Amino acid sequence: MRRSLFGRLWPNVTAVVLFVGCVFPVYWMFATAFKPTGDILAEDPVWFPTDITLEHFRTATGVEHFWTYVRNSLTVTVLAVAFSLIIALAGSFALARMRFKGRRGFIVGFMLAQMAPWEVMIIAIYMIVRDASMLNSLVPLTLFYTMMILPFTLLTLRGFVAAVPKELEESAMVDGCTRPQAFRRVILPLLAPGLMATSLFGFITAWNEFALVLVLNKDAGAQTLPLWLSRFQTQFGNDWGATMAASSLFAVPILILFVYLQRKAVSGLTAGAVKG
Amino acid sequence: MTVQTERPPSGPADVRKADDGGPGAPTPRAASRAGALGPYLLLLPACAATVLLLGWPLLKDVLLSFQNLNMAQLIQHATEWNGVDNYKETLTSEDFWRVTLRSILFTATNVALIMILGALIGLLLARLGKRMRFTLLIGLVLAWAMPIVAATTVYQWLFAQRFGVVNWVLDRLGWHSMADYSWTSSQMSTFFVVTVLIVWMSVPFVAINLYAATTTIPNELYEAASLDGAGAWRSFTAVTLPFLRPFLYATTFLEVIWVFKAFAQVLLFNQGGPDRLTEILPVYAYVEGIGNQHYGMGAAIAVLTILILLGLTAHYLRIVLKQEEDEL
Repeated sequence: MRRSLFGRLWPNVTAVVLFVGCVFPVYWMFATAFKPTGDILAEDPVWFPTDITLEHFRTATGVEHFWTYVRNSLTVTVLAVAFSLIIALAGSFALARMRFKGRRGFIVGFMLAQMAPWEVMIIAIYMIVRDASMLNSLVPLTLFYTMMILPFTLLTLRGFVAAVPKELEESAMVDGCTRPQAFRRVILPLLAPGLMATSLFGFITAWNEFALVLVLNKDAGAQTLPLWLSRFQTQFGNDWGATMAASSLFAVPILILFVYLQRKAVSGLTAGAVKG
Repeated sequence: MTVQTERPPSGPADVRKADDGGPGAPTPRAASRAGALGPYLLLLPACAATVLLLGWPLLKDVLLSFQNLNMAQLIQHATEWNGVDNYKETLTSEDFWRVTLRSILFTATNVALIMILGALIGLLLARLGKRMRFTLLIGLVLAWAMPIVAATTVYQWLFAQRFGVVNWVLDRLGWHSMADYSWTSSQMSTFFVVTVLIVWMSVPFVAINLYAATTTIPNELYEAASLDGAGAWRSFTAVTLPFLRPFLYATTFLEVIWVFKAFAQVLLFNQGGPDRLTEILPVYAYVEGIGNQHYGMGAAIAVLTILILLGLTAHYLRIVLKQEEDEL
């Protein structure tokens, strides 16, 4: 009896410990961001903030060019996700639905492209962008972010397209739809979970990107939020309140998107992987 | 960001093959010619983007690695070829080999920790009750979703010398010399924090994917195993493990790539310091190439880094490519 109680207990105890380990850094970020400086720099940590202050958020958003960084990050991320979705949709349809010579080569090629070590290629990219006189511009960033997302989007969508029963499309075509019409009216709506999952991961990749923008854009006017955040600690010394407020602001959109879409996205992704 | 166990549609594909060229499909010649071109046209944008935005930088990197390109040449837009000098200098420098060894050890340690912890947590998720599982999943997803740069600053704060929570806890636990410990002061302590950070960020992906994989194991397999008199351990090694093997391979492969190029975490946490002792290959290429403005040299290091990464993943790549060939 005792053993079975123990057997039932230990997974739950482990789970609680793990949950705390996972969540504590995130919790501590938010807690610090809302605490007055006196509580942050206390000899004994204040585990639960009682006095709530927004002062640190004011410091963080009061940084020069803050709204430029926000605008730049949003522009680059949204455009890159949109471009890669459009390009990948066309390609994934071909790879999932059509038979043609070299199909295998394309798939293998995109799989290799998916593992491209972008952080290592920054010197070459810097030279290319510099030779094109495009440093400190959002255009190369958008293009390269599109490419970073593209192989994953394409291969994943291919799985989702393949999972849509071909009969649906055929019956639409029997009913007089052309192939593009059948695609738009029948397949596209069924691809919604796939589009959501891939755009979520694309969004995270582009929103997070740090190495390329660090090297390419030295002008504050063309920089994005990861750079703003990375400079924070050096700029503000030990103003941990402001640093954590900045981190919170940067993380919140992703956390919300992720928690909101995760169940759909992950179940969609596994479905795509298994079926596709 | 997901496990791609590439399994193309086997059934429908064969059917499709038959009805594409089969009789009773009266297609006018013009239409069939357009149909033959169709897939290539659909793939054209993706291929053009790949060649232009990925192929060109790769080629450029190789070209740069054979040039003497420093600040002076950069300003004058001069191209000075210098053969294999950059490679000779890199491969004979002790630093490069030290950094390479460090990168490989760093990757191996992190990936081993991530895979073991991730697999254990994945299996734990399968054993938990519904409510507890949901709670732990939420926690894992939160850690997974934290953006890299934000997570790195949070870890700087957790491990801060003054007022950092970790030092406070260690002090309270009786390890008083840690009360004012500076985690960025030595190579090992820096690597320790970076490893904790990377493991914390990467485990959820492995755990959740593995848990998702266990839910697809058919129950009949376990029933059959228990009919054959297999105990819990035996049915784990005979059913669970073989079933999860492809997922374990695929996630290990992805983790090797991600950890190996963990540029932002290492650079942001301690700038590769102290004394450049925590630089891993991507950071080393960046510091030599961009920081010290030896662009040609940096490009050569980058080429070598890519080759090393290919070497580390070659085994798995071969398996995947072969699988693709067999199944397509």
